[in-house]
Amino acid sequence: MATVITPKKACAVNPLKMSQPIGSALAFMGIKNCMPLFHGSQGCTSFGLVLFVRHFKEAIPLQTTAMSEVATVLGGFENVEQAVLTIASRQKPSIIGISSTGVTETKGDDVEGFIKLIREKHPELDHIALVYVSTPDFKDAFQDGWAKTVTRLIEQLVDPMPLDAERLPNRVNLLPGAHLTPGDIDELRDVLEAFGLEVLVLPDLSGSLDGHIPDDFTPTTLGGISLEEIAGLGRSAHTVAVGEQMRSAAIALEAKTGVPYTLFDRLTGLEPNDRFIGLCAKLSGRPVPLKIRRQRGQLVDAMLDGHFHFGGKKIALGAEPDLLWALSQWATELGAEVKAAVTTTASPLLEHIPAKEVLIGDLEDLEARAAGCDLLMTHSHGRQAAERLKIPFYRIGIPMFDRLGAAHQTIVGYRGTRDLVFEIANLFIANGHEPRPDTWALPKEEGHAGTTAIAAH
Amino acid sequence: MSSLSSKIQDVFNEPGCGKNQGKSEKERKKGCTKQLQPGGAAGGCAFDGAKIALQPVTDVAHLVHGPIACEGNSWDNRGSKSSGSNLWRTGFTTDINETDVVFGGEKRLFNSIKEIIEKYDPPAVFVYQTCVPAMIGDDIEAVCKAASKKFGKPVVPVNSPGFVGPKNLGNKLAGEAILDHVIGTEEPEYTTPYDINIIGEYNLSGELWQVKPLLDELGIRILCCISGDAKYRDLASSHRARAAMMVCSKSMINIARKMEERYGIPFFEGSFYGIGDTSEALREISRLLIERGAPAELMDRTEALIAREEARAWAGIESYKKRLTGKKVLLITGGVKSWSVVAALQEAGMEVVGTSVKKSTKEDKERIKELMGEDAHMIDDMTPREMYRMLKEAKADIMLSGGRSQFVALKAKMPWLDINQERHHAYMGYVGMVELVKEIDKALYNPVWEQVRRRAPWEETTWEDVADSAIAAETAALAADPALAREKRRSTLICNCKSMARGIIEDAIVEHGLTSAEAVSEKTLAGTGCGGCKGKLDKILKTQDHWHPAAGEAAPRSQEAA
Repeated sequence: MATVITPKKACAVNPLKMSQPIGSALAFMGIKNCMPLFHGSQGCTSFGLVLFVRHFKEAIPLQTTAMSEVATVLGGFENVEQAVLTIASRQKPSIIGISSTGVTETKGDDVEGFIKLIREKHPELDHIALVYVSTPDFKDAFQDGWAKTVTRLIEQLVDPMPLDAERLPNRVNLLPGAHLTPGDIDELRDVLEAFGLEVLVLPDLSGSLDGHIPDDFTPTTLGGISLEEIAGLGRSAHTVAVGEQMRSAAIALEAKTGVPYTLFDRLTGLEPNDRFIGLCAKLSGRPVPLKIRRQRGQLVDAMLDGHFHFGGKKIALGAEPDLLWALSQWATELGAEVKAAVTTTASPLLEHIPAKEVLIGDLEDLEARAAGCDLLMTHSHGRQAAERLKIPFYRIGIPMFDRLGAAHQTIVGYRGTRDLVFEIANLFIANGHEPRPDTWALPKEEGHAGTTAIAAH
Repeated sequence: MSSLSSKIQDVFNEPGCGKNQGKSEKERKKGCTKQLQPGGAAGGCAFDGAKIALQPVTDVAHLVHGPIACEGNSWDNRGSKSSGSNLWRTGFTTDINETDVVFGGEKRLFNSIKEIIEKYDPPAVFVYQTCVPAMIGDDIEAVCKAASKKFGKPVVPVNSPGFVGPKNLGNKLAGEAILDHVIGTEEPEYTTPYDINIIGEYNLSGELWQVKPLLDELGIRILCCISGDAKYRDLASSHRARAAMMVCSKSMINIARKMEERYGIPFFEGSFYGIGDTSEALREISRLLIERGAPAELMDRTEALIAREEARAWAGIESYKKRLTGKKVLLITGGVKSWSVVAALQEAGMEVVGTSVKKSTKEDKERIKELMGEDAHMIDDMTPREMYRMLKEAKADIMLSGGRSQFVALKAKMPWLDINQERHHAYMGYVGMVELVKEIDKALYNPVWEQVRRRAPWEETTWEDVADSAIAAETAALAADPALAREKRRSTLICNCKSMARGIIEDAIVEHGLTSAEAVSEKTLAGTGCGGCKGKLDKILKTQDHWHPAAGEAAPRSQEAA
């Protein structure tokens, strides 16, 4: 049980947090033929764009309503209208995902109203879905923007179904949190498919940002879940949500279509994956496939081999609530101690994190608490702190701009957990201290028995 | 806000900026506030520009007053290098919340400055304004003044909220901030007749250090580089330099010109990219210093150094020249000035088959023409498929560009080299040019291309086949159907700023019998934004016979009507 603390300082130093709108945009990037659009000044978009380009090393579709000072004061209807028209004629998307920013929220632009007006004025755009999410920069954080967007997509685009509707018994919906990489999503899909289950993922970054070479140049997203598939989510037999942040989305889907859900607060670690595999077996009515049984065995072996190195290790973690939850539980289960935990936004999980305290703070706070730790785990911005503290550093989360393969880092499932155990154990091994003659030197104490005795003569 | 808008006007009237001076009074008033078309593009904002310009000052705390997006999404993302303090890489932001938006964020800003000074004790704090606090009326100048008085340290307001305009405007507003609050506020420990400023150089990838040894050998001291690897004190006492070199023509011209006006520091515009340009720049520095009283023998030493270093660089390039001669390069760049890179590539025996002029000034474009002839294939804005087509048609062997277009090149399985701000290699001076050539050679001859171009054993058609057949089908359709070709021609966007299609312009020319680009601009608004499409307008006018064979008859008719 942890005490959740919000520091009283005025100035955030070395931010851990990123803004809501870019979390929202990332969710839109998991929709097929989509163009995410920020309603704000052009810089808001540019920063998000650069961040994702550096993280995924891919071309990123993201547009702006390019609000000027004057447009901001007068209201942005014309900018939103023009942006939608321009995107409709240039990129021809199936859906435009609009996220607000700090500027337009401060002004109080009624984007829902704008969309109504655009619909009235431009019936020729009827074939393009317009989904709006309110995501002011000065509130909440990245994972909140993601979660709100998924909920909104469900509320607006899923066809409602009666409770007793007929379902496809072999089809499952997967609602991944913002902390799951395309690699994580692929891993879960592999597992579900091994049981003969068909999976629809909302949003599906594994189709759009997994770094594949596309068949043709597209100015919109390269893949992801289609609007038709989203509309039909209600025909699936069950919904699997990963991460506490996805609870409201799973509930919204259940309310609209009657599809029951199971929420996994994490899928890193042995116990939650046992539950997950149990669910897969139950849903499919099939026995657990041999390859999954073997994977479980491998994870158990990895945990046995790895625990020697984790035992007693002190770890400093900086991550958004759901990722922090997964990592802290996992590390504790291997015998490590979470000595410092810093996160970005509120979550019901925070007080249950296995640490003395959890801070909603920044990397300065984490650095101050990470002194003497054996490992720092956070996104790439932790590199300066790790260097100053001279402790091993494992990059995890967004952004990861100074290493390759961010999209494929996989920490879910038996396999993902196994690999993470090895990676971190190897970091500990590599940084183990070789003993030296003075390693076990006696503490220098003034005035212990011997010296006093000698001095007396 | 009134002082900000007068500052913006002041920046627009910059007499040193050829681009602004080329505009009419009315256009100049609109100046660089040209906004991008909603939904049409994405570039940085004025805040981004201001931060880029000043962030390389290494020992200063750079505090961003705004919501988390402005700093949280972007901090520590620049490749500038520091020889000393790394405080500039620490992200400071007020991270304002809903309460601040309602009640004002000035108090939080003041307390943030206080915390920074207590914890980090920097020689100065730079405070960057952003959109939201600007909207709610936070007066950062007043807060900075109060904080400066209270804590006895310079606290510099950089008033450049994102929505006032693009990056380029932010560069200049940042320049104004240091002209107003920093430059000339301290005195250097000592001065020499060999003191210079380098303006507009950010020391990305440590490039400045490829040139500094040359200056060191000549006994020339960089009093201050604005702003790469600068310390606050250097910046504050930079007004005692004897001469200055400006390296990036658009971003900081106001600093160079105003320092000349206020402190009598003459400057020239030069580049350290390319062997010839580097030599020219060194000569010019020496010439200016001698003019200002340095001994004339400096020039002899400069020439000797140039001769020695050029020979060394040529020898370095020689081994690659054989492998690179005749290789075709497609150059798409914004940050690094196109013309200086063109010259450099030609030095290595390569042929530049196309270059972009998106962020180049009119003068830059002229220089490109000078270097490459009238046929220079200039690319303003291209869609990925057009770029692929271009790569194919130009039969380019390698593409050099900024980070964003790399994905097109890589997906097209085309060797690619990063020459924008995000690049990891330094290409300045003599050694830098050898480095660039070495990198091009490495990219071109990497065996990976042969492997990735091979199709998968089960693949009947590759995406290249698909794109090729789409392009061929398009071309065939246009050739077969003149009406379609006409429609295609007429729908081409000529003026991006005003989003004006060619058809509207053609109609205006025919209907009103227009004969000059100015007249076209007046009627259609095309060309009244950045003015970058003036050349295209001229060309449309010149080729009227071609697209409107009846032009000869139409003109007199409209005269009658008039």
